[in-house]
Amino acid sequence: MTTRLFDTTLSALALASLAGCMTPPPDLDLSLQHPTQDKKFVVAMQPPTTPPAINQIHSWQVKLSTPDGAPVTHARINVDGGMPQHGHGLPTRPQVTRELADGTYLVEGMKFSMTGWWEIKLAIQTADAADKVTFNRVVTDPTAR
Amino acid sequence: MRKTRQLAASAIGAAALLFIALTVSDAGVLGRSPGQWTPDQVGVIASLSLDKLTAASNDPSNAADGQAAAIAFGRALFNDSRFSRDGSVSCASCHAPDKQFQDGLPVAKGVGVGTRRAMPVVGTGHNAWFFWDGRKESLWSQALGPLEDKVEHGGNRARYARLLQTHYRTQYEAVFGRMPMLEGVPGDASPLGTADEQLAWQSIPAGQRANVDRVFANMGKAIAAYEKSLAYGESRFDRYARAIAANDASGQREFTAQEVNGLRVFIGNGQCVTCHNGPLLTDQAFHNTGVAPRDSARPDRGRAAVVAKVKADPFNCLGPFSDARPEQCSELRFIVADDPALEGAFKTPSLRNVALRPPYMHAGQFATLEQVVNHYMQSPAAVLGHSELARGKGESHAERKPIRLSQEEARDLVAFLATLSGPIVEKAPQ
Repeated sequence: MTTRLFDTTLSALALASLAGCMTPPPDLDLSLQHPTQDKKFVVAMQPPTTPPAINQIHSWQVKLSTPDGAPVTHARINVDGGMPQHGHGLPTRPQVTRELADGTYLVEGMKFSMTGWWEIKLAIQTADAADKVTFNRVVTDPTAR
Repeated sequence: MRKTRQLAASAIGAAALLFIALTVSDAGVLGRSPGQWTPDQVGVIASLSLDKLTAASNDPSNAADGQAAAIAFGRALFNDSRFSRDGSVSCASCHAPDKQFQDGLPVAKGVGVGTRRAMPVVGTGHNAWFFWDGRKESLWSQALGPLEDKVEHGGNRARYARLLQTHYRTQYEAVFGRMPMLEGVPGDASPLGTADEQLAWQSIPAGQRANVDRVFANMGKAIAAYEKSLAYGESRFDRYARAIAANDASGQREFTAQEVNGLRVFIGNGQCVTCHNGPLLTDQAFHNTGVAPRDSARPDRGRAAVVAKVKADPFNCLGPFSDARPEQCSELRFIVADDPALEGAFKTPSLRNVALRPPYMHAGQFATLEQVVNHYMQSPAAVLGHSELARGKGESHAERKPIRLSQEEARDLVAFLATLSGPIVEKAPQ
């Protein structure tokens, strides 16, 4: 009986340690639209409608507006990010290559090299303001394509 | 009737006893019964299985990719040692079919001795970036590098073009069309060769230089077509993963209790799956994990040293010998160029057949998988750049936990790695 209890404890510990390095924090904000850090802009991220495969290079769209909803044009947007639980950055350097419509920007070169919690960080610069924003993305099953 | 019932009862009793005995013995070995995976773990295990590997798409920069004639031509070139300075070295010298398409040496030996371990060529049709430092971004361009490297094949493109014209004209023209006339091209000439070869290269008219470059590039494209036909076949791990996914208890007997536990470590507190993910067990990316350089006086900068080189390479996806449209060259267009993490970073290798292909790491620093696992348990500081591995308190990786394994877990992990071994198969063109 003592042995059984000991085993159960070991299993629970093993599961806890697994959770520690594989599972994203439970309280992650996964919303794809938020105000930037200093509330100067509101950013909405649009991933592709069909989830890309792991390591497939793909594009996102970014909609940038003022807090009262007016599109922000001619912004410079720098894209960065990585996996906080793994200590590495993005495997590519995504770039805004076009402004598709007023305030809607095309980000090309997005790639996730594995499943799990990724951060996508935007640094936004316009003629009159600069601000930053971070989005969380949990990349799931690679065969979703 | 009564007798039958009694017999049945005894049988059930015996089966129950056997079940208890099995359970106890499993518990004795493992501390838990094998095969008990959470839905998340089942998903992770399935994601590593060959069943999840989709066919590699054709390389848009190589129009010969997937053509049967190119594969046969490439196979002949791969094994032909005339394509070297002294006729002694072919691609197969360091990528020997009977040695897992590697050479079993810590650092490769061609006409001279290199500074890094020969990489496996099997499964590389799925790669992003080639070589340990990713200094090439296509398989065909990769194949050209060693041909002119002074310690690998040690030859030069002018000589290779002439050899192709003499020995392979028919095969060449069947894939790439008419071979250009090479009159006026010296016997030995290359922009990357010896001082004499560089002078000879400069003496060739520009149009004729482009012809030689084109023939040389096509040589790489044929070799790439062949290499891309080499694939890893099913391993015991793949059969076990399939049994897990199907909840097939008898199929799960493919693994010993130790291997089950090793897999648990691989996807759990060993953190191996952090970089060794997907069916080929690699994220195709570059990481600094603090593996000590062979020569600490001249540490290898890895990825950081070659980013400018790959962008300027005339044989890259955006160059004049590529068959791709510029917008198809995504890896090159969106290359990470300025990240300090590239310093001392090397490509994550596949772990397919890993137990069959010692030694390990980018310069064969470790002779055994036990030493490799021990390296990750120690997680030493990097000599150059900064290791991504967490090393306990004081490290900046707030979210990453140090790798802490018992000696038993380390042994189990090594046992699991051997289950990734399977055959190498040459796929027929699609």
